[in-house]
Amino acid sequence: MPQPEVSRIAIKGSEDIVRVRAAVREAAVQMGFSNVDQVRLVTAASELARNIHLYASGGLVELRRVHAGGRSGLRVDFEDAGPGIVDLELAMTDGYTTSRGMGKGLPGSRRLVDDFDIKSEVGKGTLVTIIKWLL
Amino acid sequence: MTAFKVPILKVGDVLLVSIQADIDDRAVLELQQRVLEQIELTNARSVLIDISLLEMVDSFTGRMLSDIASMASIMDAATVVVGIQPAVAITLVELGLELKGVSTALDVDDGLRILKERMKEKRRKRTVGADEHATA
Repeated sequence: MPQPEVSRIAIKGSEDIVRVRAAVREAAVQMGFSNVDQVRLVTAASELARNIHLYASGGLVELRRVHAGGRSGLRVDFEDAGPGIVDLELAMTDGYTTSRGMGKGLPGSRRLVDDFDIKSEVGKGTLVTIIKWLL
Repeated sequence: MTAFKVPILKVGDVLLVSIQADIDDRAVLELQQRVLEQIELTNARSVLIDISLLEMVDSFTGRMLSDIASMASIMDAATVVVGIQPAVAITLVELGLELKGVSTALDVDDGLRILKERMKEKRRKRTVGADEHATA
Protein backbone atom coordinates (compact mmCIF):
# COMPACT_ATOMS: atom_id res chain seq x y z
CA MET A 1 0.00 0.00 0.00
CA PRO A 2 1.41 3.43 -0.89
CA GLN A 3 2.29 5.73 1.98
CA PRO A 4 -0.44 8.37 2.34
CA GLU A 5 0.73 11.78 1.24
CA VAL A 6 1.02 14.28 4.07
CA SER A 7 1.36 18.07 3.73
CA ARG A 8 2.89 19.91 6.65
CA ILE A 9 2.71 23.60 7.49
CA ALA A 10 4.60 25.08 10.41
CA ILE A 11 2.76 27.77 12.38
CA LYS A 12 5.10 30.55 13.40
CA GLY A 13 3.15 33.71 12.67
CA SER A 14 -0.29 34.93 11.67
CA GLU A 15 0.63 34.70 7.96
CA ASP A 16 0.92 30.93 8.41
CA ILE A 17 -2.81 30.81 9.24
CA VAL A 18 -3.41 32.15 5.71
CA ARG A 19 -1.13 29.42 4.37
CA VAL A 20 -3.15 26.75 6.22
CA ARG A 21 -6.40 28.13 4.80
CA ALA A 22 -4.99 28.01 1.25
CA ALA A 23 -3.66 24.46 1.67
CA VAL A 24 -6.92 23.14 3.16
CA ARG A 25 -8.96 24.80 0.43
CA GLU A 26 -6.74 23.33 -2.28
CA ALA A 27 -6.95 19.83 -0.80
CA ALA A 28 -10.74 20.11 -0.34
CA VAL A 29 -11.21 21.28 -3.94
CA GLN A 30 -9.02 18.47 -5.26
CA MET A 31 -10.97 15.88 -3.30
CA GLY A 32 -14.25 17.16 -4.68
CA PHE A 33 -15.87 18.55 -1.54
CA SER A 34 -18.93 20.74 -2.12
CA ASN A 35 -18.49 24.49 -1.89
CA VAL A 36 -20.15 24.65 1.55
CA ASP A 37 -17.97 21.82 2.88
CA GLN A 38 -14.86 23.55 1.52
CA VAL A 39 -15.79 26.70 3.43
CA ARG A 40 -16.57 24.67 6.57
CA LEU A 41 -13.18 22.96 6.41
CA VAL A 42 -11.24 26.14 5.69
CA THR A 43 -13.02 28.01 8.49
CA ALA A 44 -12.46 25.25 11.06
CA ALA A 45 -8.80 25.02 10.04
CA SER A 46 -8.41 28.77 10.36
CA GLU A 47 -9.80 28.75 13.90
CA LEU A 48 -7.61 25.86 15.01
CA ALA A 49 -4.45 27.19 13.38
CA ARG A 50 -5.07 30.52 15.07
CA ASN A 51 -5.36 28.77 18.44
CA ILE A 52 -1.84 27.44 17.92
CA HIS A 53 -0.64 30.94 17.04
CA LEU A 54 -2.43 32.54 20.02
CA TYR A 55 -1.86 30.02 22.78
CA ALA A 56 1.29 28.12 21.90
CA SER A 57 4.33 29.85 20.50
CA GLY A 58 4.07 27.71 17.42
CA GLY A 59 3.15 24.32 16.12
CA LEU A 60 2.47 22.12 13.16
CA VAL A 61 -0.52 21.49 10.89
CA GLU A 62 -0.71 18.26 8.88
CA LEU A 63 -3.13 17.46 6.07
CA ARG A 64 -3.80 13.99 4.72
CA ARG A 65 -6.42 11.96 2.89
CA VAL A 66 -7.93 9.16 4.93
CA HIS A 67 -10.03 6.18 3.91
CA ALA A 68 -12.44 4.15 6.04
CA GLY A 69 -15.53 2.10 5.36
CA GLY A 70 -15.36 2.83 1.64
CA ARG A 71 -15.33 6.58 2.23
CA SER A 72 -12.61 9.15 1.72
CA GLY A 73 -12.03 12.09 3.98
CA LEU A 74 -9.70 14.96 4.63
CA ARG A 75 -7.99 14.82 7.98
CA VAL A 76 -6.17 17.80 9.48
CA ASP A 77 -4.06 17.62 12.65
CA PHE A 78 -3.14 20.68 14.69
CA GLU A 79 -0.30 20.00 17.07
CA ASP A 80 1.51 22.27 19.47
CA ALA A 81 3.85 22.00 22.42
CA GLY A 82 2.14 24.89 24.21
CA PRO A 83 0.83 25.15 27.77
CA GLY A 84 -2.03 22.69 27.19
CA ILE A 85 -5.64 23.10 28.26
CA VAL A 86 -6.47 22.68 31.95
CA ASP A 87 -10.21 22.19 31.59
CA LEU A 88 -11.12 20.67 28.21
CA GLU A 89 -14.84 20.66 28.90
CA LEU A 90 -14.78 24.37 29.69
CA ALA A 91 -12.64 25.09 26.62
CA MET A 92 -15.25 23.34 24.46
CA THR A 93 -18.02 25.60 25.85
CA ASP A 94 -19.46 28.24 23.53
CA GLY A 95 -18.38 31.73 24.50
CA TYR A 96 -15.62 30.71 26.89
CA THR A 97 -12.34 32.44 26.11
CA THR A 98 -9.06 33.18 27.84
CA SER A 99 -7.96 35.62 25.17
CA ARG A 100 -9.74 38.55 23.54
CA GLY A 101 -11.39 36.08 21.18
CA MET A 102 -15.04 35.27 20.90
CA GLY A 103 -14.86 31.81 22.40
CA LYS A 104 -16.07 30.18 19.19
CA GLY A 105 -12.84 28.55 18.04
CA LEU A 106 -13.09 25.07 19.55
CA PRO A 107 -16.87 24.55 19.90
CA GLY A 108 -17.50 26.28 16.57
CA SER A 109 -15.00 24.27 14.58
CA ARG A 110 -16.36 21.04 16.09
CA ARG A 111 -19.75 21.90 14.57
CA LEU A 112 -18.17 22.42 11.13
CA VAL A 113 -16.60 18.97 10.75
CA ASP A 114 -17.67 15.32 11.04
CA ASP A 115 -15.03 14.04 13.45
CA PHE A 116 -13.37 16.17 16.09
CA ASP A 117 -10.87 14.92 18.61
CA ILE A 118 -8.85 16.87 21.14
CA LYS A 119 -6.09 15.67 23.41
CA SER A 120 -4.29 18.01 25.73
CA GLU A 121 -1.80 17.68 28.52
CA VAL A 122 -0.90 20.59 30.76
CA GLY A 123 2.70 21.61 30.20
CA LYS A 124 3.04 19.28 27.21
CA GLY A 125 0.77 20.54 24.47
CA THR A 126 -2.41 20.00 22.52
CA LEU A 127 -3.40 17.89 19.52
CA VAL A 128 -6.65 18.58 17.70
CA THR A 129 -7.71 16.26 14.86
CA ILE A 130 -10.57 17.03 12.50
CA ILE A 131 -11.97 14.92 9.67
CA LYS A 132 -14.56 15.77 7.07
CA TRP A 133 -15.86 12.83 5.01
CA LEU A 134 -16.94 12.89 1.41
CA LEU A 135 -20.52 11.66 1.09
CA MET B 1 5.03 37.94 2.96
CA THR B 2 4.59 41.49 1.60
CA ALA B 3 1.97 43.49 3.42
CA PHE B 4 -1.11 43.66 1.23
CA LYS B 5 -3.15 46.79 1.78
CA VAL B 6 -6.88 46.69 1.21
CA PRO B 7 -7.81 49.86 -0.71
CA ILE B 8 -10.31 52.26 0.87
CA LEU B 9 -12.07 54.52 -1.67
CA LYS B 10 -14.25 57.51 -0.92
CA VAL B 11 -17.27 57.88 -3.17
CA GLY B 12 -19.49 60.76 -2.14
CA ASP B 13 -20.19 60.33 1.58
CA VAL B 14 -19.32 56.64 1.51
CA LEU B 15 -16.09 54.83 2.24
CA LEU B 16 -15.88 51.79 -0.04
CA VAL B 17 -13.83 48.89 1.25
CA SER B 18 -13.48 45.85 -0.97
CA ILE B 19 -11.58 42.95 0.54
CA GLN B 20 -10.26 41.20 -2.56
CA ALA B 21 -7.92 38.60 -1.10
CA ASP B 22 -7.43 36.43 1.94
CA ILE B 23 -5.55 38.65 4.39
CA ASP B 24 -3.80 37.69 7.62
CA ASP B 25 -4.88 38.78 11.10
CA ARG B 26 -2.42 41.64 11.20
CA ALA B 27 -3.76 43.05 7.94
CA VAL B 28 -7.30 42.65 9.30
CA LEU B 29 -6.49 44.76 12.37
CA GLU B 30 -4.63 47.28 10.24
CA LEU B 31 -7.67 47.60 7.95
CA GLN B 32 -9.94 48.22 10.93
CA GLN B 33 -7.72 51.05 12.12
CA ARG B 34 -7.41 52.61 8.65
CA VAL B 35 -11.17 52.62 8.13
CA LEU B 36 -11.64 54.57 11.37
CA GLU B 37 -8.85 56.99 10.46
CA GLN B 38 -10.43 57.56 7.06
CA ILE B 39 -13.83 58.28 8.64
CA GLU B 40 -12.19 61.05 10.63
CA LEU B 41 -10.02 62.36 7.79
CA THR B 42 -12.69 62.41 5.09
CA ASN B 43 -15.82 63.02 7.17
CA ALA B 44 -17.42 60.02 5.50
CA ARG B 45 -20.86 59.33 6.94
CA SER B 46 -21.01 55.70 5.97
CA VAL B 47 -18.88 52.64 5.30
CA LEU B 48 -19.62 49.90 2.79
CA ILE B 49 -17.56 46.73 3.12
CA ASP B 50 -17.71 44.36 0.16
CA ILE B 51 -16.72 40.81 1.10
CA SER B 52 -18.06 39.05 -2.01
CA LEU B 53 -14.57 37.80 -2.83
CA LEU B 54 -13.90 36.54 0.71
CA GLU B 55 -14.08 32.76 0.68
CA MET B 56 -14.44 32.46 4.42
CA VAL B 57 -15.23 34.56 7.45
CA ASP B 58 -13.90 33.07 10.67
CA SER B 59 -14.34 34.42 14.20
CA PHE B 60 -11.44 36.86 13.79
CA THR B 61 -12.77 38.43 10.58
CA GLY B 62 -16.31 38.33 11.99
CA ARG B 63 -15.16 40.21 15.06
CA MET B 64 -13.42 42.78 12.86
CA LEU B 65 -16.66 43.41 10.94
CA SER B 66 -18.65 43.80 14.19
CA ASP B 67 -15.99 46.06 15.68
CA ILE B 68 -15.80 48.32 12.63
CA ALA B 69 -19.60 48.67 12.68
CA SER B 70 -19.74 49.64 16.37
CA MET B 71 -16.67 51.90 16.27
CA ALA B 72 -17.91 53.65 13.12
CA SER B 73 -21.29 54.09 14.78
CA ILE B 74 -19.63 55.85 17.72
CA MET B 75 -18.08 58.15 15.11
CA ASP B 76 -21.58 58.75 13.69
CA ALA B 77 -21.04 56.65 10.54
CA ALA B 78 -23.27 53.78 9.41
CA THR B 79 -21.76 50.50 8.19
CA VAL B 80 -23.16 47.92 5.82
CA VAL B 81 -21.47 44.65 4.82
CA VAL B 82 -22.35 43.36 1.35
CA GLY B 83 -21.80 40.27 -0.76
CA ILE B 84 -21.65 37.49 1.84
CA GLN B 85 -21.51 34.24 -0.14
CA PRO B 86 -24.20 31.66 0.76
CA ALA B 87 -21.62 29.09 1.91
CA VAL B 88 -20.01 31.74 4.10
CA ALA B 89 -23.38 32.64 5.64
CA ILE B 90 -24.10 28.97 6.41
CA THR B 91 -20.68 28.52 8.00
CA LEU B 92 -20.98 31.71 10.06
CA VAL B 93 -24.22 30.49 11.62
CA GLU B 94 -22.83 27.01 12.32
CA LEU B 95 -19.73 28.55 13.85
CA GLY B 96 -22.04 30.50 16.15
CA LEU B 97 -21.21 34.00 14.94
CA GLU B 98 -24.09 36.43 14.81
CA LEU B 99 -22.24 39.48 13.43
CA LYS B 100 -23.96 41.57 16.10
CA GLY B 101 -24.82 45.10 15.05
CA VAL B 102 -23.77 44.53 11.45
CA SER B 103 -26.20 45.51 8.71
CA THR B 104 -25.93 43.40 5.59
CA ALA B 105 -27.06 43.77 2.00
CA LEU B 106 -26.98 41.55 -1.06
CA ASP B 107 -24.58 43.58 -3.19
CA VAL B 108 -22.94 46.99 -3.53
CA ASP B 109 -26.01 48.57 -5.20
CA ASP B 110 -28.30 47.29 -2.47
CA GLY B 111 -25.85 48.43 0.21
CA LEU B 112 -25.59 51.94 -1.23
CA ARG B 113 -29.38 52.19 -1.38
CA ILE B 114 -29.66 51.21 2.30
CA LEU B 115 -26.98 53.71 3.30
CA LYS B 116 -28.66 56.50 1.31
CA GLU B 117 -32.00 55.79 2.99
CA ARG B 118 -30.35 55.84 6.37
CA MET B 119 -28.73 59.22 5.65
CA LYS B 120 -32.08 60.63 4.54
CA GLU B 121 -33.74 59.38 7.72
CA LYS B 122 -30.99 60.91 9.82
CA ARG B 123 -31.29 64.30 8.11
CA ARG B 124 -35.05 64.23 8.52
CA LYS B 125 -34.71 63.55 12.25
CA ARG B 126 -32.19 66.37 12.58
CA THR B 127 -34.44 68.83 10.79
CA VAL B 128 -37.40 67.83 12.98
CA GLY B 129 -35.19 68.25 16.05
CA ALA B 130 -34.06 71.70 14.88
CA ASP B 131 -37.65 72.79 14.20
CA GLU B 132 -38.74 71.75 17.67
CA HIS B 133 -35.90 73.86 19.07
CA ALA B 134 -37.03 76.86 17.05
CA THR B 135 -40.61 76.66 18.26
CA ALA B 136 -39.69 75.95 21.86
